[in-house]
Amino acid sequence: MENEAGALSRVAGLFSSRGYNIESLTVAPTEDATLSRMTIVTRGSDDVIEQINKQLNKLIDIVKVQDLTEGGHIERELMLVKVRAVGEGREEMRRMADIFRGSIIDVTDKSYTIELTGDGKKLTAFLEALDPAAILETVRTGTSGIARGERVLKL
Amino acid sequence: MADMELTGAEIVVRCLEAEGVKHVFGYPGGAVLNIYDEIYKQEAFLHVLVRHEQAAVHAADAYARSTGQVGVALVTSGPGATNAVTGIATAYADSIPMVVITGQVPTAAIGMDAFQEVDTIGITRPCVKHNFLVKDVRDLAVTIKKAFYIAATGRPGPVVVDIPKDVTQNRCAFVYPETVTMRSYNPTHKGHPGQIKRAAQMLLEAQRPMLYVGGGAVLGNATNEVQALARHLGFPVASTLMGLGAFPEPDPQNLGMLGMHGTYEANMAMQHCDVLLAIGARFDDRVIGNPKHFAKEARRIIHIDVDPSSISKRVRVDVPIVGQVDQVLGDILKQVQHLGTAPDSVAQKAWWTQIELWRAQDCLKFDRSSPIIKPQAVVDALYRVTGGEAFVTSDVGQHQMWAAQYYKFNQPRRWINSGGLGTMGFGLPAAMGVQFAHPDATVACITGEGSIQMNIQELSTCKEHKLPIKVILLNNGVLGMVRQWQEFFYEERYAESYVTSLPDFTMLAEAYGHVGMKIERPEDVEGALKEAFALKDRFVFMNFITDPRENVYPMIPAGKGLSEMILI
Repeated sequence: MENEAGALSRVAGLFSSRGYNIESLTVAPTEDATLSRMTIVTRGSDDVIEQINKQLNKLIDIVKVQDLTEGGHIERELMLVKVRAVGEGREEMRRMADIFRGSIIDVTDKSYTIELTGDGKKLTAFLEALDPAAILETVRTGTSGIARGERVLKL
Repeated sequence: MADMELTGAEIVVRCLEAEGVKHVFGYPGGAVLNIYDEIYKQEAFLHVLVRHEQAAVHAADAYARSTGQVGVALVTSGPGATNAVTGIATAYADSIPMVVITGQVPTAAIGMDAFQEVDTIGITRPCVKHNFLVKDVRDLAVTIKKAFYIAATGRPGPVVVDIPKDVTQNRCAFVYPETVTMRSYNPTHKGHPGQIKRAAQMLLEAQRPMLYVGGGAVLGNATNEVQALARHLGFPVASTLMGLGAFPEPDPQNLGMLGMHGTYEANMAMQHCDVLLAIGARFDDRVIGNPKHFAKEARRIIHIDVDPSSISKRVRVDVPIVGQVDQVLGDILKQVQHLGTAPDSVAQKAWWTQIELWRAQDCLKFDRSSPIIKPQAVVDALYRVTGGEAFVTSDVGQHQMWAAQYYKFNQPRRWINSGGLGTMGFGLPAAMGVQFAHPDATVACITGEGSIQMNIQELSTCKEHKLPIKVILLNNGVLGMVRQWQEFFYEERYAESYVTSLPDFTMLAEAYGHVGMKIERPEDVEGALKEAFALKDRFVFMNFITDPRENVYPMIPAGKGLSEMILI
């Protein structure tokens, strides 16, 4: 989409006014500073997804729409989790982070902050593997996606 | 050279001039005073001062509907913009090309809750095709160029250009771009050749064909192509409320209007056809009723629309064709001629026999010997007195449906009404816009006593410009369509649908300097109309006292199917 003020609210407004749901939405400028790229995760029947596609294309600021699920694709999301890490739990928490290929990026006497990347399911699985009482805070970026192989989204 | 630089306000005026704008409908205020100062100094276009911003936008909208050109309105920030919103939403719902320029507080004051500040971009976002906030005078000319381009092309629609006051003061060199290209906006013109071939074959194979013509055929100037294809194939044609006039209504091939208050023959043919060609129409709830009921009968559907999102939205179609309707229809006709075969004549004959049986229901009959004026009789007489040649605007309600049913439009762009949004108060300002666009034409506004009071202040604008509009008020003393639903669906509990304390409309018209007439007897209807239309240079307000119990028939109750009509 054009990197214009208000472009994000046009997309968000479209989803809310037509009753489509947004599971996650990420957006940032691309290597071409006049363009931003947005990844939206949404759910719906084929008819609804077709309408979402068409309605997005209709927005003047949108340059191109691609449904990544039509082909092989990769999804990644970043999560930061602050966990309680005291006593025996401290070592256990380090092992859990290792198992999920997370890295501990901040440490205090009582806590770790773990950075974890993966698709949404992996991040959720990590949270489910922890003792709920140990989770102090989480923040997730929402999914970014790209097609597998040589397929590229180009203008 | 600094002296070649223009202010933003001058640029606005020069851009409008370059676009060939002849009329701007508007209302001044603080944020647009610089622009008004430049308007004062120029002669390229006429500014029409309305009495309420909503009317400015409706007038610009109707100007566009009746001409095909982009309508232009100009309002100030804050309440000027919010008053314009109903007009903008009305134009958006009916895909009308329009540019609305709104003043905004100075850029430094934006977000400070300044006097007469609203977030115009945010408020109008869901009801515009696109909108722009111009923060730098150097972007002004190209933005206005884009606004006109976006408004008029593809599926047309209103575009708002919000201009802060300091931008109208700042200076820069002025160049108006000849053309504009946008990588993110490229409307499709030509239909897909393979789909056009499939459509032509499907039409030729049809046993019970039907052409379903929507507002897109009128907006896309495709009426010649609609008629050429329909006549070549000999297929029945029905129109939506917005498509009236795309095919001449008195023609026997025409089955009349479709939908909730459409004719029996049009709705039955729509339900029972086996091949349906939808032209610039969108299968909306007021046309097909319940989509599940509609889908009960098997039929193959070809759908032509310039907007891909209109296709397969409510009803699955077999042959979608995205493109300009005039071009696509022309290509289909060429393909039909190229294939050289003709539709099965035995099947066609049987189909027409069935249609004539439906038509024999005479679903638009009404009591012509009533001692009280029947509203249908007034529209019928208006049609005869004006020879079917008038521009007819309407408001919203029963009178709108009677106007659509009984005035037989021969030409496109003569029937001007708020179909999608259903905006009461549209009719009178719309008539103004039409009369400015066509100064010598006959313009009638069919209205109700509820609707006319929603923009009655415009009687003053009509006086100022000596507009010879004829208001046809079908005064039944009730909010008729509300009352009708209460009678049918709310066990006759008439909550707030009776309008009391109505003004004496004759005196009201005279107070504004117009001619007022009150007509109470059926035998006076036609004579009064002739008398009024003979006053060629006067605005005449005709108050017809009509039967308060009359209902609009046929009627498909909401949520029901096309063949579940209530007939009189």
